[in-house]
Amino acid sequence: MSGVEGYIYPNEVTLYWSVLIVLYPYITGLVAGAFILASLERVFNVSAVKPTYRLALLTALSFLIVAPLPLQFHLGHPERSPEMYFTPHSTSAMAMFGYVYLWYLMAVLTFEIWLDYRHDIVKMAQSSKGLLRLVYKVMTLGSSNISPRALHVDERVSWVVTLVGIPSAFLLHGYVGFIFGSIKANPWWSSPLMPVVFIFSAMVSGIACVMVLYMAVTRLRGKTIDMRCVDTIAMYLFYTFIIDFSLEMLDLIHRIYEADESFRTLDFMVHTKLFFSQIVVQIIFGTIVPLILLAITQVIKLPELARKRMYAVAGALTLVGIFAMRWNVVIGGQLFSKSFLGYTSYKIALVTKEGLLVSIGLTLLPLVILWVLVKLLPPWTDDKAAAGVAAD
Amino acid sequence: MSAFKDVGHLFRFAGIFVALFVIFLIVRVYVVPKSFGEYGHYRGNAITDIAANPIKYAGHEACETCHVDVQDVKKNGKHAHVNCEACHGPLARHADDPSSMTPVKPDTATLCVRCHAASAARPKTFPQVNAEEHSTGLPCQTCHQPHNPAIAAGGTK
Repeated sequence: MSGVEGYIYPNEVTLYWSVLIVLYPYITGLVAGAFILASLERVFNVSAVKPTYRLALLTALSFLIVAPLPLQFHLGHPERSPEMYFTPHSTSAMAMFGYVYLWYLMAVLTFEIWLDYRHDIVKMAQSSKGLLRLVYKVMTLGSSNISPRALHVDERVSWVVTLVGIPSAFLLHGYVGFIFGSIKANPWWSSPLMPVVFIFSAMVSGIACVMVLYMAVTRLRGKTIDMRCVDTIAMYLFYTFIIDFSLEMLDLIHRIYEADESFRTLDFMVHTKLFFSQIVVQIIFGTIVPLILLAITQVIKLPELARKRMYAVAGALTLVGIFAMRWNVVIGGQLFSKSFLGYTSYKIALVTKEGLLVSIGLTLLPLVILWVLVKLLPPWTDDKAAAGVAAD
Repeated sequence: MSAFKDVGHLFRFAGIFVALFVIFLIVRVYVVPKSFGEYGHYRGNAITDIAANPIKYAGHEACETCHVDVQDVKKNGKHAHVNCEACHGPLARHADDPSSMTPVKPDTATLCVRCHAASAARPKTFPQVNAEEHSTGLPCQTCHQPHNPAIAAGGTK
């Protein structure tokens, strides 16, 4: 049988969780990470990252809207998905997650974005024309009260929402790790560290994503990149990355030291089938190289241009590395037989429902949504006056 | 009322939440089947629906009432406890009215290997063959009588 080595049970030959199930934790991770970055400014008063606050929120919303789509494509029959809400199964983590998703989408992200933009929305509802005016009018929910006291109330409520949002973001992504970590039949997944590793890798990817997006979009807009902001984000990325890397290494060392009955099989898999995606892409290029680049920027005083380039390369590599981590977890966990005596292969399809093209489309879709959101709700703090929405 | 003036917009947002929740509850009443949860986390009426499906398998007792000659061969062999329809397929219609349909005889070249193809997952004592080497594609019944397959029991050869 092609692609199969050694002894493998019949139901293990085909991988049922495809690249879309790789994409799903990747996208939810970006949501959680982007939100945590936004919370730095709001809850922890890190004013340096203010230029990315709104962009981070809009990024989180764009990716959150797309997050369920990989699952819909994977499962098929999207018309059945509301049944999860109508007849919830309380003992199913996946079913309960549907509520966490809705909570996060409605009560956290949408609410926080609305509160933060309310002043701008009211102003734009007054200054814009035609259909756009109607859209902004609807978004004001019929209230044009932007008195200082009302805005102060918004500020306080928004702080509370962000505070609630942090555990929600942890829950959102911790759940994804929980789903894998709780599958006790699979030694590659079954680990209580899994949710924690997923949360920290989510923070790493989300922070890197917003940093790269901010730098790219600012460059495209022909504006100057706020280096104090990017330096601060890079610093947080570095620290979070160190924690994430340490946790992953802790997991690895624990597995090596414990060396249970699955160890030889998994070890062999990492040195053969997963060598490129795990050792080369995830660990070397996706973790060690960006960590070294970020470490250099922390200890050596480099000129601005060099820092920008290093941040851009480190950010892009980080995003690739975290994707590889999701790939290695999801795909790697299905490549070996539970008999520990054989392996199968995964060959990604191209134009099928779960193929490469759909995956690329679903990766780009959040960026399209973000583009629309940015047009509708400009997140920039540097040209507010030009847009005619300056604080009065 | 003036105390609420500057928080009025928050009530509007909360109002959307409440409205959506009420819509959800109303839709739920209509879309969740009445019998859902009657016995467990599924539609209770599914059981009666499934029970109402036409029966497709007749059971070996029905076959044996007419095919006594086959039963006599089968009862002494290794396949004594293999149900007739495990190989011949569902034949309730034939059992109800034998003239309404004539069962197609299974192709033993493909049927027998379902159970007897060599596989490491099968018990060592279970008869298994590599069909290519064993019979070079010939139907198994060339040598074995399917109802009592041991050669010594009087296969066709």
